[in-house]
Amino acid sequence: MAGLATEHSSARKWRWGLLDAIVVVYAFIPVLWIASLSFKTPETLTDGRFVPRVWTLENYRTIFTTDQFVRALGNSIGIALIATFIAVVLGMLAAYAIARLDFPGKGLLVGVALLIAMFPQVSLVSPLFEIERNLGLFDTWTGLILPYITFGLPLAIYTLSAFFRQIPWDLEKAAKIDGATQAQAFRRVIAPLAAPGVVTASILVFIFCWNDFLFAISLTSTERARTVPAALSFFTGASQFEDPTGSISAAAMVITIPIILFVLLFQRRIVAGLTAGAVKG
Amino acid sequence: MAEIVLAKITKVYPDGTVGVKDIDLRIADGEFIILVGPSGCGKSTALNMIAGLEDITSGDLLIDGERVNENAPRERDIAMVFQSYALYPHMTVRDNMAFPLKLAKVDKTTIDEKVTWAAEILELKPFLDRKPANLSGGQRQRVAMGRAIVRNPKAFLMDEPLSNLDAKLRVQMRTTLSRLQNRLGTTTVYVTHDQTEAMTLGDRLVVMRNGVVQQVGPPQQLYDRPANIFVAGFIGSPSMNFLHAKASDGTLGTAVGDVPVSERARKLLESKDAPQQLILGVRPEHLEDAAFVEDHLRAHGVEFEAPVDLVESMGSEKYAYLPLEGERASTAELEELAADAGTADALSSGAQLVARLPAESTVAEGKPIRLWFNREKIYLFDPANGRNLTLDESRSS
Repeated sequence: MAGLATEHSSARKWRWGLLDAIVVVYAFIPVLWIASLSFKTPETLTDGRFVPRVWTLENYRTIFTTDQFVRALGNSIGIALIATFIAVVLGMLAAYAIARLDFPGKGLLVGVALLIAMFPQVSLVSPLFEIERNLGLFDTWTGLILPYITFGLPLAIYTLSAFFRQIPWDLEKAAKIDGATQAQAFRRVIAPLAAPGVVTASILVFIFCWNDFLFAISLTSTERARTVPAALSFFTGASQFEDPTGSISAAAMVITIPIILFVLLFQRRIVAGLTAGAVKG
Repeated sequence: MAEIVLAKITKVYPDGTVGVKDIDLRIADGEFIILVGPSGCGKSTALNMIAGLEDITSGDLLIDGERVNENAPRERDIAMVFQSYALYPHMTVRDNMAFPLKLAKVDKTTIDEKVTWAAEILELKPFLDRKPANLSGGQRQRVAMGRAIVRNPKAFLMDEPLSNLDAKLRVQMRTTLSRLQNRLGTTTVYVTHDQTEAMTLGDRLVVMRNGVVQQVGPPQQLYDRPANIFVAGFIGSPSMNFLHAKASDGTLGTAVGDVPVSERARKLLESKDAPQQLILGVRPEHLEDAAFVEDHLRAHGVEFEAPVDLVESMGSEKYAYLPLEGERASTAELEELAADAGTADALSSGAQLVARLPAESTVAEGKPIRLWFNREKIYLFDPANGRNLTLDESRSS
C-alpha cells in the first residue's frame, strides 16, 4: 500500500513538474530570446540560433558608453522612484481614510479612483501634450511624474485600502488609549502592520512607471526626460548603417534587472500581500 | 485611581440616533461598576465616551474632579481592555505590555520592573518573548490585562473582556479579575451583556436599555427590588416568570388561579390610579414544591397545580417548565429582552412558568405538580410603563 502510494505521488509530482516546466518555458522564451540576442555579435545576429555561437558583451559595452542610454536610465530610475514614492505616500493616506473614516463623498472618491484606473490612457495623450506644452512641463521630469502619480494612485489606493481594512480598528483605539497621538498610533502600530501592503503597492506602482511607454514617448522630445522604454525606439547602431537590434536587446535586459531584483527581494511580501485577506487569518 | 462622574451625558449620532441619553452616574474611587444591558443599549457607547474614543454630545465627564470632555484619550490616563484584546500583533508580549510605558517616556529599568511585575501577577513570565499569535485565548486576555495594569492608570475600562473565552475559562478569569481589582483598588468600569458576570463581579450595576439608565444599585438590590419589569426580567437566571393579572376585590386573577394579595398590595391596588390589568412577576426559586412547604406558611401563599413538560436537573437543583393556558404576558420591555436572548419566537408559543426546585423534589416530566408561592414574594408591574408597583412607596414616590 505504502509503496503504491509513494509511487502514485511521485508520478503526480512528475506530472506537475512537467506542467510547471511547460508554463515557465512558455513564459520565458521571449525573455531568453532577447537575452540571447543581447549576447550575439552583429554578424551572428540573424543566424537564427537560440544559443549564440560567439558570445560577446560588446552590446552592453556600447549602450553604457552612449550617452543616450545612460541618461535615459537615469531618467527612468529618477522618475519612477519619485512618482512611486509620492503615489504610495498619498495613496497610503487616502487608503487609510477610505478604510477608517466615514466622510461625505467617500463613495465618489473610490468610484473616481476606479474610473481613472480604467480610463484608456491613449485618449489622454493629446490633451496632456497640449496642457504640458502650455505649462512648460513638456519634456521635463515633472511632466512625466505627474501623469504617473495620477495613474499610480488608484493602484496604490486599492491595494492599500484592502490592507488597512484588515487591520482591526481596535488596535488603533488601543494605541490611543495607551497614550499615543494619532501620528504615533499610525507610525508605530498601523504602518508596521500595513508594511506588506506598502511594499506590494510600491512594486506595482514602480513597475507601472518603469514600463510605461505611451506617456514617455508622447510627452518627451529630448534626452532631458526620455525614459528607457522610449529611448529604446530612438536607438541607432554604432553607425547609422548598423542594425541596433543588439543594443536594444541589451538595453531591454538591463531594464528588466531592477524589476527582477525587486520582486526577488520582496517575493515573500508580495505573495503575502496578494493573498492576504483571502482567508480569516 | 480616581472618581469618575458622568453628569447628564448624552450621545446623539450625526444621523440623529440617540446612543445614550442623560446618564447621571458617580463612580467612586476604587469602585467596580458594571454597565449591563442587551446589545445596542448604549453601554459600550458610554464606555467609549469615558475612554475618549467617542465624542460626548452634551453633558460633563469628570475624572478626578477635572472636566475631560475635550481631552484626547491619552490625556485622560485610563487603560482599556478590549473584547478583541487588541494586542499589537507585530510586538512580543513584553513589548505589548511596555508600549504604554514607552509612549509615556518611562526609563528603561522602570519599564523592565513594571513589565516583570505585571507578568508575575498574571503568570505570563514564560511567554514574554512570544508574539500574540502564539498564545492561547486565555493568555492573550491576560496580556491585554497586563498592558492595562503596568502603568497604574486612574481607571480601567473593560469592554466585554471575557466574552471571547470559553465558558470554563471565563468563570476562572472572573475570579482572577475580581482578585486583581481588589488588590489594585483601581476604579473599574466594566461593560457586559452577561447578567451572571454582572452580578458576580460588580460592586454596583447600571442596567441600561435603549441608551437610558434603568436602575443603579448593588447586585442584590437589583435582584430583590427591580425598579421596573425590564430590570426584573434581565437580572436573574432563569429569569423571572411573568403572568397577566386582573385586579378585582383585593384578589388578582391569573392563569394559576386567584391570588389574594397582601395587606400592602391591597392598599396599592385600591388607590385611584392603580391599573386593573397588571403583570405579576415571581422568581423561579419562589415557586416551591408544595410538598415541602411547612403548614403554618401555607396560608400565606397560593397553591396551584400545573402540568410539567420538561425537567432540567442541575444536580443541586431542578428546573421544571410548566406550560400554561393563555398568552404569555408581554410588554415592549419583555419583547426586547426575548429578542436579545434570541427566544422571541420560541416564547410566542404560549405562557410558561419555570420553577427552581430542590433536588429532592419528585417532580417528573408529564406528571402534574402542586406548587406554592408566598404572596409576599410577588412583584406587580404596570404593563403601560413597566414600573414595579410593589417597590416601597418611599422609593417610588
